[in-house]
Amino acid sequence: MSTCASVIPITNANPEPRAWGDLVRENQVHGSLYTDPTIFQEELRKIWFRTWVYVGHESEVPKPNDYVMKSIGPEPILMTRDREGRIHLLHNRCPHRGNRVCMTEKGSARSFTCPYHGWTFTNDGALRGYPFPSGYEGVDRSELGLGKVARVASYKGFVFGSMAQEGPSLEEHLGAAMQAIDALCLTSPEGEVEVTAGFLKHKVKSNWKFLVENETDGYHPSFVHASIFEVAKSGIGSLYSSDSTAVSRYFGQGHSENDLRPEFRKRDVPMSWFNTTADRLPEYTRSMEAAYGVEQARKIMIDGTPHIMIYPNLFIAEIQIFVIQPLAFNESVQHVTALQFKGAPDLNRRLRQQTMGSVGPAGFLLADDAEMYERTQLGVQAKSPEWLYLGRGKHRERTDENGYLIGDATDETPTRGIWRHYRSLMEAA
Amino acid sequence: MNVEDLLLHHEVSQFIYREARLQDNHEYDAWEALWTDDGVYWIPANGDTSDPELEMSIIYDNRSRIALRVRQFHTGKRYSQSPRSPLRRVISNVEILENDGTALVVTANAIVFEAHARGDTIWGSRNEYQLRREGGTLRMAGKKVVLTNNERALYSMAFLI
Ligand code: FES
Ligand SMILES: [Fe+2]
Repeated sequence: MSTCASVIPITNANPEPRAWGDLVRENQVHGSLYTDPTIFQEELRKIWFRTWVYVGHESEVPKPNDYVMKSIGPEPILMTRDREGRIHLLHNRCPHRGNRVCMTEKGSARSFTCPYHGWTFTNDGALRGYPFPSGYEGVDRSELGLGKVARVASYKGFVFGSMAQEGPSLEEHLGAAMQAIDALCLTSPEGEVEVTAGFLKHKVKSNWKFLVENETDGYHPSFVHASIFEVAKSGIGSLYSSDSTAVSRYFGQGHSENDLRPEFRKRDVPMSWFNTTADRLPEYTRSMEAAYGVEQARKIMIDGTPHIMIYPNLFIAEIQIFVIQPLAFNESVQHVTALQFKGAPDLNRRLRQQTMGSVGPAGFLLADDAEMYERTQLGVQAKSPEWLYLGRGKHRERTDENGYLIGDATDETPTRGIWRHYRSLMEAA
Repeated sequence: MNVEDLLLHHEVSQFIYREARLQDNHEYDAWEALWTDDGVYWIPANGDTSDPELEMSIIYDNRSRIALRVRQFHTGKRYSQSPRSPLRRVISNVEILENDGTALVVTANAIVFEAHARGDTIWGSRNEYQLRREGGTLRMAGKKVVLTNNERALYSMAFLI
């Protein structure tokens, strides 16, 4: 009788279906959603390796044969541009013995050669050849290329990947988030944003969902960021106060925003969204007026850029983009960089300077957010009470003229929406 | 090496050790007073060849932003340093690379041990100081901290490094 095979329990292959309704309620979520490693594994399968996930921006691989290392969840991904200019998302894993084929952050390469046994792949993923080919008689090379992310699509330069062959299109997934990206691009005199300043990679001992929820949580800024609001002349604090006219909004598909435009329109000052005035950016103002006309340019420069969380991992934070990467149930990385607007060098310089001050491991704002992520992760491991409360503003939730749910600036309307969406994704087989 | 060189090396080392002690002890004002009026505090990300005027750095503070950083600590609500991380650092390999009489370029290695609720972290770096003699004493006109692992994802480091 042989027993050695059966001593290794097979876990996770086909887990018992979970009753998600027992974990996600209308005004509450269960703490184990942040602390259970088996839930994290299930999230990888049902969210990260199935839905559309933001990977990178086309401007990060501007020329044919450029590549950059990216990720989808913990999975390492190469974003390449082939010699015809097409973008590919490839798994960074050799199909021979599993070696990493690329170890450099970014560069230019027509092909990748695996250092282990010398297999070579073109930058669209196809196997070009292997050494000593007589050992591979009758082998079909076309089956031995690099793994490809099943679907790749981009919207205005933002490249998304989905590991599922089938499913909603990127447009269906983005929905109203497309208009937010449109508004973002309008802030550029050439209608385009660029991601060219390199990323800060900020690691936190926290579940990724705490990060997602925090991005459009208008309740915390007055408290978590009190130290910097107190010492810097920043107009941010008042945007997230109880008498702010800004609204929080849930768009569906997991996407949410803090719409600060009502406050900026009330101020009626171009560039107040960036805590400055148009006359301090004369070059930018001139090119905006030349591109859109004086009146339209003024409108754009008053409204500013969006503050939108595109589920599950792209946060456009007015002047920065954050890309959320989960590594484990209690470990995540925030990749952050300054947005750069094509044709706006004077604005871009200030965007970089301000971004460097605010975000990353030592940032005036983000180090304190990160501290909260880590403390919530530590706190939620405590036993009681088991549930987290997210009912703020439920009684005053309403729909706007487009049918989206909105709440006051400090309400948890976005968070509730995110969890309803989460539940629907996790309930799917 | 003549006696003058030895004395200068001693003076420079003492300056750097003092800076380290002020940082370890969270003596923010005394630390800020080490800076010249045009001081630049730079912690590059992604290697040490990036251009801070074009690419993201972890810190790229001019003198007024250094002051802002210190004022933020003093509010007591800089939560990433409230409670403060207990710190202890070792500085070594102090070398004077350039000396034109008033301005010096000095390098040193640093290992910083940080205790934090998330766990203990060890930070390693090569530091490059631009020192200047002003009114008889040395002041810091530039400090560049090249973290050994600055190409990887890093935990928060909101203390003075
Ligand atoms: S593992 Fe890549 S060639 Fe063998
Ligand atoms: Fe925040």
